[in-house]
Amino acid sequence: MSRNGPAALAFHALFIAFILAPIVIVVAVAFTPEGYLSLPTNGLSLRWFRAIADYPEFVRAFRDSLWLAALSSSIAVLFAVPAALAVARYRFAGREAVLAFFMSPLMIPHVVLGIAFLRFFTTIGLGGTFIGLVLSHIVIVMPFALRLVLAASVGMDRAIEHAAIALGASPFTMFRRVTLPLILPGVVSGWVLAFITSFDDVTMTVFIASPSTITLPVRMFLYIQDNIDPLVTSVSAAMIFLTAIVMVALDRLYGLDRLFVGAGR
Amino acid sequence: MSTAEITGGGRTPWLLAAPALLLFAGIVVVPIVMTVLLSFHDWGQYKGIETVITLKNWREIGTDSYFFEIFLRTFRIAVLVTAISVLIGTPEAYILNRMASPWRGLFLVIVLGPLLISVVARTLGWALLFGSTGLINVALVRLGIIASPMQFLFSETGVVIGLVHVLVPFVVISVWASLQRLDPQIENAAVSLGASGFRVLRRIVLPQVMPGILSGAIVVFTLAASAFATPAIIGGRRLKVVSTLAYDEFLNTLNWPLGAAVAVLLLIGLAAIIVGSNRLVERRYAQVFR
Repeated sequence: MSRNGPAALAFHALFIAFILAPIVIVVAVAFTPEGYLSLPTNGLSLRWFRAIADYPEFVRAFRDSLWLAALSSSIAVLFAVPAALAVARYRFAGREAVLAFFMSPLMIPHVVLGIAFLRFFTTIGLGGTFIGLVLSHIVIVMPFALRLVLAASVGMDRAIEHAAIALGASPFTMFRRVTLPLILPGVVSGWVLAFITSFDDVTMTVFIASPSTITLPVRMFLYIQDNIDPLVTSVSAAMIFLTAIVMVALDRLYGLDRLFVGAGR
Repeated sequence: MSTAEITGGGRTPWLLAAPALLLFAGIVVVPIVMTVLLSFHDWGQYKGIETVITLKNWREIGTDSYFFEIFLRTFRIAVLVTAISVLIGTPEAYILNRMASPWRGLFLVIVLGPLLISVVARTLGWALLFGSTGLINVALVRLGIIASPMQFLFSETGVVIGLVHVLVPFVVISVWASLQRLDPQIENAAVSLGASGFRVLRRIVLPQVMPGILSGAIVVFTLAASAFATPAIIGGRRLKVVSTLAYDEFLNTLNWPLGAAVAVLLLIGLAAIIVGSNRLVERRYAQVFR
């Protein structure tokens, strides 16, 4: 394989600059010592990070987002593991249809899902509740959880399971002691990807959030609609730092390229 | 169930999948059906939603040029975003693939990582860059390229740039995945037979990564056509697209049936485009999918 020429490297540099520009600018502005939007040319300051603490709306939304993401991705994984095993192990009639059904939230625009959930929850009396948010987030993170558990289950050597049964293990013991440990990397990565997907969602959640139950990205979105000030950049920068940590962990654990092949939100 | 016996599955796979199937039937199928029904209901400023069956909303969308204009703008933005993402994402994937080991992994994380960062945070960055005192305008004016600050914020150009940034990683990853399946020996064979570098690209590499480009393009198109946060933040209230239109109908005007009709039309339109282009891709590139 030949090396990249100077033109290719110049293109690459521009591309990387394009990708990083908006992220770098948000982080830079977050450290401004001034009271208005500006680049920190007169030294760095943490005043806008400290200001987050004085703004309870953001703190509460952050806490709610964490709970929502943790709950919905945990529940989604509980449903996804048996479903993934069914699809990975058995060639039953309707298998393709079942898989397509579980993946369908990727195909439905999040605006449409948001509207559908708003109508549904309002009708059944769950409008503006935390339970409603959890249910809707289970739906949007399920494809991600399922896909990674599925990938792990397909590659598994089933002879080990047969050995466990032959040695007298009950099906449950076999699952707990053999199957689960083997698919665990897929389960954990699926959970993390589901967590991030839930934590990041704005488009669907903006329809079903209410003033009492709101997530951080929706809170930020509504804030930006009114005005943009350094406070929202420091909140964004904090989110970017958190995501970067998770990103590195995911890359080590699973590989970012494998994580996103065939992904679509 | 006859095929299930082959692997001895019987009822087992259905029992395993049952909890998730029931959950999805309850909280995916029911809400979508309710939304389709809602789009046929009537609405009035004072009477609210009336559960009758009428084509009023659909007729309104079909005849009022206001809606036509918004759907057309959304389509135009999605086509532009898809074209630009393919044009810059494909070469980037190819360049990444030719990089040496530590750089390759590092830049792949830089390119794909933003997918994990909230769209709001990323779009906020563009809003800062685009503002009339933002970096881009200051730089362009100082370099003498333009005389006065350009209006990126609240413009279609701004929305397109913001969306390309959000979505181009999907093209990179899709092309990257098909490059991984490429046999470098074929490239070497072409070179040893006297083909120029450009010819190898055009005749050997491009045809083989075409399915990756197309599937990336489909993902980008559908996400661009239904994007909400980026057009809402960069486009503002005046430059409406289909998603922000549906949002306004639901949360500002409170005309839910009309908003539902807009959303259902978006869903049908995108489904038609996905199914149609998938068919086209599979027919043209049947031999590549093994």
